Amino acid sequence: MRNTWIICRRELSSYFASPIAWLLLAMYSIIFGWIFWNFLAEFIKQGLDMEMMGQMQPMNVNEQVIRPLLGTCSFLGLFVIPLISMRLFAEEKRNGTIELLATSPVRDVEIILGKWFAATLLYCWIIIFACINFVFLFRYGNPDWKPLLITLLGVFLQGAALLAIGTFISTLTKNQIIAAAMTFGACLLLWVFSWVSSYDSSTWAQVLSYMSVITHFDTFDRGVLSTKDAIYYLSVIFLGLFFTARSMESLRWRS
Amino acid sequence: MITVTDLTKRYARTTAVDHISFSVNKGDIVGFLGPNGAGKTTTMRMLTCFFPPTEGKATVAGFDVFEQPLEVRKRIGYLPETPPLYLEMETIEYLRFVGRLKGLSGTHLENRVAFVLDRCAIADVKTRLLSKLSKGYRQRVGLAQAIIHNPDVLILDEPTAGLDPKQINETRDLIKSLAGDHTIILSTHILPEVEQTCQSVLIINKGKLVATDSVHNLQARARGAESMLVNVGVRSGEFPSAAVQARLQRIPGVSGTALKEEFQSGAIFEVESKKGQLVRGDLARAVVEAGWDLNELRPSAMSLEEIFLQLTGSDAATASTAAAEAAPPSEPPASTEAPAPEANA
Repeated sequence: MRNTWIICRRELSSYFASPIAWLLLAMYSIIFGWIFWNFLAEFIKQGLDMEMMGQMQPMNVNEQVIRPLLGTCSFLGLFVIPLISMRLFAEEKRNGTIELLATSPVRDVEIILGKWFAATLLYCWIIIFACINFVFLFRYGNPDWKPLLITLLGVFLQGAALLAIGTFISTLTKNQIIAAAMTFGACLLLWVFSWVSSYDSSTWAQVLSYMSVITHFDTFDRGVLSTKDAIYYLSVIFLGLFFTARSMESLRWRS
Repeated sequence: MITVTDLTKRYARTTAVDHISFSVNKGDIVGFLGPNGAGKTTTMRMLTCFFPPTEGKATVAGFDVFEQPLEVRKRIGYLPETPPLYLEMETIEYLRFVGRLKGLSGTHLENRVAFVLDRCAIADVKTRLLSKLSKGYRQRVGLAQAIIHNPDVLILDEPTAGLDPKQINETRDLIKSLAGDHTIILSTHILPEVEQTCQSVLIINKGKLVATDSVHNLQARARGAESMLVNVGVRSGEFPSAAVQARLQRIPGVSGTALKEEFQSGAIFEVESKKGQLVRGDLARAVVEAGWDLNELRPSAMSLEEIFLQLTGSDAATASTAAAEAAPPSEPPASTEAPAPEANA
């Protein structure tokens, strides 16, 4: 555990020492802010329209602003995650620093967990930073914070799962660009698998749809804490890290 | 300290290391010598538990590299061919990280960091980014990270590669000064380095160990006999070259003489004698008693370079031509065809 923390800390500091963390933080905040502003403007316009027409339909900040916003959040993750995870092992392999880690009195599991933790923490940090926008909703409105937190948990879980896959892919190559491209492809594929459910209901379609990360995000998105879907994400994380461990082992046997 | 038995590493198509066995005593500096691609790095990586051997056994400080890799890694400091530096870190930050990774903490960690900064002469760059350091400094930071946890065994893969002559000397001195507390294996293909720093040598070629011995013995062994260079001269008159050679030849124990170089009033002869026979005194006496001047008398050591080429040459022909090129042209054939490969034991 101590070693995991040592490695995690170094990873985090190297994220912030290179421009990548700051760049992602800035880009994400700008895009998130823009989307937030758009949803909010539309919400306000709708409210004003209805007031002018004298209709009094119930309006809900949670449903009309927060939910679509966090839905977009999980979508934006597709682009951010490959950029976070690409360097984890690929850079070490290129620079030869992997030789230091692999010959230090540290278990492979500790190395992998440390790196994955660092990536997940950075991702959480990016999201939380963007979520500062919500302060305005709480200041001027009265949203329900419980579904908000649950949806955020969904975003984190989804990110952590995709990062575990990205970590695995990063062990396969020395080239960060290839790692990023492959991770992006894998994330996108896991995303669009869910589309099959709209026209097909065979067993295969159900399996594919179950594999999709977005299927399991729906319940979190609705503000429902579902153990079943949480377990899906946890098992993807486990599987991703398990494959990473196997890949590192094969690195030792082959290289 | 290190025992290696029948260590083998096979890749999909090639055998990188083929049943090598050797052992290293505590406190020794051992030079690991071989051409590029001979299997030096592979062997070192197996010893440092970077990857496991395909066959065979290796123990470091009593722990098996395959069974107890974590215990072995605790006792090993490793400097790979390219120092494993995180270029975005500062020197001191990097050393602290490595120290923690090797299990140090608290004041002990700080003490060790201060110690290696001083020992490797990198204190002046401790707050510099590693990416800004010159090659020599990077190499020394690499060495510093290898010794930070005061390991029993140091494994250095070409520690002086790419350094300028001054840096090479400094690095060599540093390595020598570390020898007392640490057992050191260093790989190189620079021969003078081995002659200067190491007590014994392992020569490896195409994955096979071709020789293992002390530098001194290896030189003698490659010769198969001892030879002396005798510089004899006369103060006036013609130098009786043939007579001198005949006189030298008659000394008991001398097995052969050869004229190596002749100048106006003297000549250098190479005198071979059987191993273990001390003929120096007789040589000197014979020359002086005959009324000639003895200008110089010294053992002719074959350079490691020649031994190396002889042992690693793909066939005898290339080895002897290469050795002959390295030596003066008039070298008698007897010395280049020394019986060497018995060294394989």
